Amino acid sequence: MYNFDFEKPSTIADAVAALGDDEAQALGGGQTLIPTLKQRLASPSKLVSLKGIGEMQGICIADDGAVCIGGASCHADVAGSSDVFAGLAGLAGGIGDPAVRARGTIGGSLANNDPAACYPAAALGCGATIITNNRAIVADDYFEGMFATALEEGEIVTEVRFPVPEASNYQKFEQPASRFALVGVFVAKYADGVRVAVTGASEEGVFRWAEAEAALSANFSAEAIADLKLDSDGMIADLHGTSEYRAHLVGVLTRRAVAAAA
Amino acid sequence: MPKDHGIGASPKRREDVRFLSGTGNYTDDINVNGQAYVHFLRSDVAHGRIKTINTDAASAMPGVLKIFTGADFEGVGGIPCGWQVTDRHGEPMQEPAHPVLAQGKVRYVGDQIAAVVAETVEQARDAAEAIEVDLEELPAVVDMKAALADGATKVHDDLTSNLCYDWGFVEENKPAVDAAFEAAAHVTTLELRNNRLVANPMEPRVAIGDFNRGTGDSTLYTTSQNPHVIRLLMGAFVLGIPEHKLRVVAPDVGGGFGTKIFHYAEEAFCTFAAKALNRAVKWTSTRSEAFISDAHGRDHVTKIELALDADNNFTAIRTDTHANMGAYLSTFAPSVPTWLHGTLMAGNYKTPLIYVNVKAVFTNTVPVDAYRGAGRPEATYQLERVIDKAARELGVDPIALRRQNFITEFPYATPVAVEYDTGDYHGTMDALEKIADFSGFEARRKDSEARGKLRGLGVNCYIEACGIAPSNLVGQLGARAGLYESATVRVNATGGLVVMTGSHSHGQGHETSFPQVIAEMIGIDESMVEIEHGDTDKAPMGMGTYGSRSLAVGGSAMVRATEKIIAKTKKIAAHLLEAAEADIELKDGTFSVAGTDKSVAWGDVTLAAYVPHNYPLEDIEPGLEETAFYDPANFTYPSGAYACEVEVDPETGKVTIEAFSAADDFGNVVNPMIVDGQVHGGIGQGIGQALLENAAYDENGQLLSASYMDYAMPRASDVPYYNVDHSSQTPCTHNPLGVKGCGEAGAIGSPPAVVNAVVDALQSGGHKVDHVDMPVSPSRVWAAMNA
Amino acid sequence: MSHVSMTVNGKQMSGDAEGRTLLSQFLRETLGLTGTHVGCDTSQCGACVVHVDGVAVKSCTMLAMEADGADISTIEGQAAEDGTLNALQQAFQDHHGLQCGFCTPGMIMSAADLLKNNPTPTEAEVRHHLEGNICRCTGYHNIVKAIMAASGQDVSSIAAE
Repeated sequence: MYNFDFEKPSTIADAVAALGDDEAQALGGGQTLIPTLKQRLASPSKLVSLKGIGEMQGICIADDGAVCIGGASCHADVAGSSDVFAGLAGLAGGIGDPAVRARGTIGGSLANNDPAACYPAAALGCGATIITNNRAIVADDYFEGMFATALEEGEIVTEVRFPVPEASNYQKFEQPASRFALVGVFVAKYADGVRVAVTGASEEGVFRWAEAEAALSANFSAEAIADLKLDSDGMIADLHGTSEYRAHLVGVLTRRAVAAAA
Repeated sequence: MPKDHGIGASPKRREDVRFLSGTGNYTDDINVNGQAYVHFLRSDVAHGRIKTINTDAASAMPGVLKIFTGADFEGVGGIPCGWQVTDRHGEPMQEPAHPVLAQGKVRYVGDQIAAVVAETVEQARDAAEAIEVDLEELPAVVDMKAALADGATKVHDDLTSNLCYDWGFVEENKPAVDAAFEAAAHVTTLELRNNRLVANPMEPRVAIGDFNRGTGDSTLYTTSQNPHVIRLLMGAFVLGIPEHKLRVVAPDVGGGFGTKIFHYAEEAFCTFAAKALNRAVKWTSTRSEAFISDAHGRDHVTKIELALDADNNFTAIRTDTHANMGAYLSTFAPSVPTWLHGTLMAGNYKTPLIYVNVKAVFTNTVPVDAYRGAGRPEATYQLERVIDKAARELGVDPIALRRQNFITEFPYATPVAVEYDTGDYHGTMDALEKIADFSGFEARRKDSEARGKLRGLGVNCYIEACGIAPSNLVGQLGARAGLYESATVRVNATGGLVVMTGSHSHGQGHETSFPQVIAEMIGIDESMVEIEHGDTDKAPMGMGTYGSRSLAVGGSAMVRATEKIIAKTKKIAAHLLEAAEADIELKDGTFSVAGTDKSVAWGDVTLAAYVPHNYPLEDIEPGLEETAFYDPANFTYPSGAYACEVEVDPETGKVTIEAFSAADDFGNVVNPMIVDGQVHGGIGQGIGQALLENAAYDENGQLLSASYMDYAMPRASDVPYYNVDHSSQTPCTHNPLGVKGCGEAGAIGSPPAVVNAVVDALQSGGHKVDHVDMPVSPSRVWAAMNA
Repeated sequence: MSHVSMTVNGKQMSGDAEGRTLLSQFLRETLGLTGTHVGCDTSQCGACVVHVDGVAVKSCTMLAMEADGADISTIEGQAAEDGTLNALQQAFQDHHGLQCGFCTPGMIMSAADLLKNNPTPTEAEVRHHLEGNICRCTGYHNIVKAIMAASGQDVSSIAAE
């Protein structure tokens, strides 16, 4: 690793101020950033840990019923909140491994937007709102492709608000080495329709599968999408699976998620 | 009733206490006063010509002591290869130079261009980034068959081609084999790949070179399975340091699996640099570095043909294999696809005619060498896959086809130059049938089908040659070393023993199992026996641990040395008891005179040896220390029968191992608990090879699976409990313990069982799939089902 | 350099750390506690697992400065003062749950974390919990068996010993 300064502020305001320095970078749980630093693929002058900020921790319910998760909440905390939002808790409980879940944060995951990460599927699949230190961004505007988001330099994900669906489920088919999603599908049924978000599959990062959403909004059952096929153009092809295979898996996992949610 | 001590008992491992309490002493735990650190600048291109290396700016950076390049190693020896294979035409293999640091060219991603020694690791790494290398990138040679095409780019400019050797075995048999295929009633052909693997012991490699200017002595601490071999190779062939001025220490070593046999450039570098700088120099590999610097394993592409007569008897086998050597010849690389592979092609079967052709090929990839099983898994996989395919083509039961062709009389001379001393292949298959519950399979299959899954059962046998190896034989075959083992047994005055062995324990539990043997021979408590290993200053010259040889060869040396001790103590006891030596009996640690009540305790005799007041000094020397070197008369031939049950999810292609059973014949067993553990571990690695692991290169020679993010290591959730059995025992006839070796069996026997089971499952679902290459990934299974 | 203090296995310990100093590095190199091992650099193998404020984390993926003031448990603190192995350690020895010993510290610390939160796990729960701990020697059979035994469950019917 290149060396850097380290700060651990206790308020969002102090964190934002600390991130104003040139080449300063926010540190969530570090479960992706620290391995990246070890490879010397990043060279921040300063890391600003968000772990000490009390106002970014914890899970609560907003007046409109949305589940609000502090940006610095770790996956294990979300995984333990199945009474609040079972679909999201199930997803969080499958990220990485127990030690990773003890450190990794939802804010860090969404800020990084790894194309195979799980949380982006939940955020997009629920139409969540990503709250930062200076604005609220709806998920449909937030994800901008692999490792790209609407976040500005120095902007911190302080909270994520999930409208709680009537039914939801996340199905993840693990890449056997990294245990990230080879393909992951989050299905959420709301009063006004169904949302389907897919991670791991596309070269453009997390995306919504519009055809499946339309079919499922009309009939929320696995049969409704039995014959629906996703075009493999633009799907990731690598050592672990061809683009055709990934496209196929999206269909399988979507059906399974619907069956599990229904 | 299981024994509670001695041979056949399973005492708790004594090494566990330190490992469980964090007080082991692994190489990276060692720090030498004043040590500096080295970082290797490694090539990020697979093939390139080095035009210039400018280290001026880097050398001036903070903490940098010296930057070494290939130029600093002119006049220093290269990394030697320990085995010379002779090709079909009687010519020696092509053997390229293997410099410690690259000279002129880089030949794989990971090849060392320069080495920066600095006060800290990070300073060394900072400076390495400032080295300016002007490199002309050359086309990478990756695919083996393309590497042999006319006009292919050469990995080594001074060789005639990328062909290391074209080996035919047994060459004289080729016309007869070809004729048998002409006459065959049925021929089954299978093309397959034995996937390239990375051994991945959990402890990455570490080397610390140290030099004492006052004495002129060099010391190397290293993560090795065979410190004496490193001392010999590095001292004699690379650095020119005689053995008496070079100590190699391999302390607690965190797994090896073959990849820590070899002498690596980093070891030579640290030893060389320590002397040059008069500072200890430490290198600790990162896992990412391990992927591009540890020797890889397997990587064979094979076409195998099996000929059968009208009664389904095997009449001939013919194979054509391309074996990847990587960019340089690692220590034992040439032997793996030849003598450790071709000699096993008979398997458990009385096939009268066999011809094996192997073309070993240089490519711009990491060197390939022995990995758990080394050649024998490759032989077993192709043989047991082609037999399974033949059974399906002929519509006969795969177990019955195997049984029909089993060798049943021993000793048995195979047509591939080895003689099996003992075995009972029906016995291991019978044992397998008992533990694997074949009769319940159809019910389990129906249950799977009810859940929408396809269930398959795969069975195979294996034979291996281990207890490596008779020196005179391997010498004829091209080994440049003997393969005996040594032991010194030192008995202290108060009766305790220290056994110094050339075998090395890096997970095998020698500190527990070896004392079981000695204690039983003398009749004393195991706690009175201590095992010392891993330090060339302590143990006599030995060859180390690999090839499932520690107990069969190292244990035999220990037995021989102990026999000498017992003979001498009987002389002393005879003197003390005033009896004839022939009348002295040793039982339960007491010497007695046959037919009398006169006796003397072990401890009194050992004391007399060191306090020789009343002692036959005119006949025997005082003291009690004996050394033996044991050179085996033959290989040992463990064998077994394995069964795997899988479920395949037809929607995703994902394969789940539902059950795995292994029935092995290891001859006599000293510690059943440790033997079971060795089999478990081997099966785990074999399942890894079959389902998960794949060291894949792209066409530019970039390793695609260069970290645990892409190289899939088996996790606990990927495997079931294993059902293992070693009740079928035919003791080895030629070593004193009757033992055969168990370290590699699991890794040899398990991959074909898994793939046979997957094919069985797919065919049960009506899919016309007769092979899926390893790793049998979901993507590949799905593609095969939908082809 | 900054000064970092923490309670390690019940003892107050401190030393200097850079921003980039990892907790694993601080434990091994600064405090001399070499029982915690480092087997990879992508946060997967789990040989480095320690407990920070009672929670299992990968010490190679946490900065030493983030652990300033924390309560740390490592493999060195698991046995009793007189060296007697704790129940989990003893189960690993009894059931041959280790071979080369390199992954063992992380295995013990992860398993202890599991049993704290789930005192009688199923086999599947044990295997799932070990997702982030790689062992290359044992094929996991005896590790899973040892953890099941340490939880007080009967393992006598599990094949082979």
